[in-house]
Amino acid sequence: MEYEAIIGMEVHVQLKTASKIYCGCSTAFGAEPNTQTCPVCLGLPGALPVLNRKAVELGLKAAVTLVCDEIVERAAFARKNYFYPDLPKGYQITQFGAPLARHGRIEIEVEGQQKEIGIRHLLIEEDAGKLIHSEGESDVSFVDFNRCGVPLLEIVSEPDLRTPAEAHAYLAALKEVIEYAGISDADMEKGQMRCEPNISVRPRGYKEFGTRTELKNLNSFRNVERAIAFEIERHIGILERGEKVEQATMLWDERAQRASPMRVKEEAHDYRYFPEPDLTAVTLGRDLAAQIRAELPELPRAKRARFVSGYGIAPEQAAVCASSPAVADYFEAVAKACGDGNEAAKWIVGVVASAVNEGKWDVNAPSVAAEKLAALIRLVADGAVSGIAARENVFPAMLERPGLEPEEAVDELGLRQMSDEARLEAVVDRVIAANPGEVVRYRRGEEKLLGYFVGQVMEETKGRANPKIVNQLLRRKLASG
Amino acid sequence: MSSGREDGGRPGADPVITADEVRHIAHLARLELTDREIEWFRVRLGAILEYVAKLNEIDIENVEPTSHVILMENVLRDDVVRPSLSRDEAIGSAPSSRNGFVAAPRIIETDDSGVV
Amino acid sequence: MHLYRLGVGEIGRLLRKRVISARDITGAFFARIRAVDQSVNAYITLLEERAHAKAKEVDAKIASGDELSPLAGIPVAVKDNICTQGVETTCGSRILSRYRPQYDATAVARLRAADAIILGKTNLDEFGMGASNEYSYYGPVANPWDLLRVPGGSSGGSAAALAAGETTLALGTDTGGSTRQPAGLCGVVGIKPTYGRVSRYGLVAFASSLDQIGAMARSVEDCALLLSIIAGHDPRDSTSAALPVPNYHDYLTGEVRGLRIGVPREYFAEGIDPEVESAVRDAIDHLAGLGAEVVDVSLPHTEYGVAVYQLVATAEASSNLARYDGIGYGFRAEDFDDLAGMYSRTRHDGFGNEVKRRIMLGAYVLSAGYYEAYYLRAQKVRSLIRRDFEEAFASVDCLATPTYPTPAFRLGEKLDDPLALYLADIYNTSANLAGIPGISIPCGYTGDGFPVGLQLLGRPFDEKTLFRIAYAYEQTAEWRHRWPELDIPVRRSADGV
Repeated sequence: MEYEAIIGMEVHVQLKTASKIYCGCSTAFGAEPNTQTCPVCLGLPGALPVLNRKAVELGLKAAVTLVCDEIVERAAFARKNYFYPDLPKGYQITQFGAPLARHGRIEIEVEGQQKEIGIRHLLIEEDAGKLIHSEGESDVSFVDFNRCGVPLLEIVSEPDLRTPAEAHAYLAALKEVIEYAGISDADMEKGQMRCEPNISVRPRGYKEFGTRTELKNLNSFRNVERAIAFEIERHIGILERGEKVEQATMLWDERAQRASPMRVKEEAHDYRYFPEPDLTAVTLGRDLAAQIRAELPELPRAKRARFVSGYGIAPEQAAVCASSPAVADYFEAVAKACGDGNEAAKWIVGVVASAVNEGKWDVNAPSVAAEKLAALIRLVADGAVSGIAARENVFPAMLERPGLEPEEAVDELGLRQMSDEARLEAVVDRVIAANPGEVVRYRRGEEKLLGYFVGQVMEETKGRANPKIVNQLLRRKLASG
Repeated sequence: MSSGREDGGRPGADPVITADEVRHIAHLARLELTDREIEWFRVRLGAILEYVAKLNEIDIENVEPTSHVILMENVLRDDVVRPSLSRDEAIGSAPSSRNGFVAAPRIIETDDSGVV
Repeated sequence: MHLYRLGVGEIGRLLRKRVISARDITGAFFARIRAVDQSVNAYITLLEERAHAKAKEVDAKIASGDELSPLAGIPVAVKDNICTQGVETTCGSRILSRYRPQYDATAVARLRAADAIILGKTNLDEFGMGASNEYSYYGPVANPWDLLRVPGGSSGGSAAALAAGETTLALGTDTGGSTRQPAGLCGVVGIKPTYGRVSRYGLVAFASSLDQIGAMARSVEDCALLLSIIAGHDPRDSTSAALPVPNYHDYLTGEVRGLRIGVPREYFAEGIDPEVESAVRDAIDHLAGLGAEVVDVSLPHTEYGVAVYQLVATAEASSNLARYDGIGYGFRAEDFDDLAGMYSRTRHDGFGNEVKRRIMLGAYVLSAGYYEAYYLRAQKVRSLIRRDFEEAFASVDCLATPTYPTPAFRLGEKLDDPLALYLADIYNTSANLAGIPGISIPCGYTGDGFPVGLQLLGRPFDEKTLFRIAYAYEQTAEWRHRWPELDIPVRRSADGV
């Protein structure tokens, strides 16, 4: 029998705020345990939450970015009640029934195929603390409350995904726009993006859904893809044996590359949601969303398309040039200033991208101003410096000394090309006169000797001769002997 | 008057709570109760549930619930970091703490065979 | 001269004239507390050292001629469910027995800023859950008018401390009558302000949509003064109203002519003690005699108030009290096998039975399958109760009712009949459900000499009218100078829980 997997995804990203969602404690990553807490996020008796405006704004920005059809008129908060050592109030303040926004979508691409994935809802809520287990002490959990109250955006998709590859593409697309719009840094290693896929399998053609299982403990897109593939196979295996899939939360074991049911005995969940009396409703969502929509940056997909058609660059180049708003702005500034989008793209994809990778370039504060890079590109075009020298000598010098003008750098490094035809002609004449044997051989048809002559000219000029002009001169002179 | 049956009619139909329900609720609320206590609470919860069933007398169709009495909205604070408590202040009154962490009993785990 | 009997104005004048020092006053109150609190048990924690230190500061200010706040040097008692930095805040519970908050409640911070002298933390029903003050881990409080009777609750410690001269002012809290009812039963003044008038920041939550900090005193003037200090917007409480606080003193004119006072007929139905009814009716007649217009009104959903209250308050309480789990602070049971055992044993041993009963009821009415039938229905009926008040206040400026159906009852009398105790809350809970302000003032005594309270309910944020009417009544009622005799030495009865 043929089977079909139905995959939905619940993603949490940390909203990019300085302070927590209901109090003024810092959200900075990597602090010493229990040093970023206060009465509010510790749930001390008598403390009360006050909602962070930025968290609401970023949530609405996500709603606009993910094209939500409905910004909820009266977004309200609710308490989700459960006991856990990392949840000091005994409840999580979240949204229930009236999330910030509903009915969004995002496009993904798998093997050249476009597909739209529905977003069921977006809501904002607080994170819980962190439990740490030490190997030696099997009976104790250590609690760090620093993450308590860190603002999260929950993004729940419709069950529109069908394959592990689609799930991967969905996460990648989500991460891209979320990061792009400045909603979250979405760094999985820092716990800023977490995802919990749910999977069910049914024979192809069936309408009814199979029993769902949820996957947890996935810390990279690759693991998500693998875990889903594993889980689909597991479901199919069970169905093939004529057995029933049991509803469960599965934990992915990265080392063993397999998922197994959570060992912690799960409670029958009864979260007893009810409206949070300590917070008021948010009714400014629609106005704010309209404002955000007007100010929203062009999203990567649209930007890439525009770069390809507007600057005539290749899609692969466009992908790099549009990889973040800062890079895209830089690319466009360089392209406009030098008048050659193609050259600008080559520089971004090659030289700038390697500088970024080597940690020598901060995309948000480029060491070489766009006008300077454009000037350098023009110097190459004008023949004042060779492309190789520009990349390998001039650019690194400019990188070291941000104030340096490309003209200055070329001169300081003595890399200015000799493009004066009269002067070069004299050198060429000298070289031809000094190598009569080679001239004869060349004229007999040994055209590869042209390289030899070029080398001689370069040696005479200490490599500064404009090779294009030298080539032209040599060809002309050797032919017309 | 509406009997409220469209809402499930639970209070009117089955006003008295059973010992098992009390046990379940005690578990939800993380309260360890002896059988005697279960019975003690069952009687008292039953009495009050019977009493509140009088709310079924009222027609509440088209009535919006009140969860907040003052009609304030959009009470928001600016995203400004304020000083946190020192670690000592934060966890100094925890019944058990070690190395800067609060210590809690570990959640009991069972292996796949269900043996504790 | 009994310093402990003086009001804020008198103490202030004596301080400013340097007839007495703040230290004299503080000393006098601790002497009084030592003399009577063995019998009354109004205080859980006394802050003698800190109080003297503060008094010294005030004396220094007086000596240097600094401008003084009206509360400078005035003794205040703080109910023990309001956070005080570094000072035990037990909520009357074992579970917070040694708990010392890291911060002051906003109301407490304002008292400190006003140089009031905090004498100690007063006893209460555990987490504010009770109407007799018998449900405290720290023992029941006695009513100073008869030490064998209850002071009411849950702010019984604050009310009894005022009645017994153990403080000049006190903070109470009021979730379903907890400030007004003990004020009524102890013969003192207590106001529950409009929801949002006083910051709840630092008030340990019982039922968050109902809780308010209340101001208590022996006179309307002192009560108004205390409220004017603690009221006002607080950015740390999202439900705190950003409205200016009137100068309540300006409304203590004695003038009530032209005001319309509604008498809700549902508040004089069966179950009311005849002596209470006649005292309250006399008080209303008295106000009519002062020129107020008295009209009959109806609040048709009154009889549902207690049921709605029981559902809403317990639901919120079940969530608010989930934080007491033995992890971050407070009591943790010692003998347990695992996390689940630690939770449930800690909470079993840490909470009293009344609190456990309410937590369970609250968890039940929120649980799957019951939410709509109980909790949601209650919140809808709550809307109807609010609407009743809105309609009444369209034609009257305030409502006059008894504070409580009976005078103070005997300790232990209602321990076995909690439902009867809840039902007696009928005059109090609706104001919390609707968020409106209410004040209780003494309006006479029963034949046996027990105080009777008159409750006035007002429009949202119209505490000034309540003070105005209460003051006019108080200034013209002749029994207002009575003090309880408090001379019966009594052994405290057993823990009510």
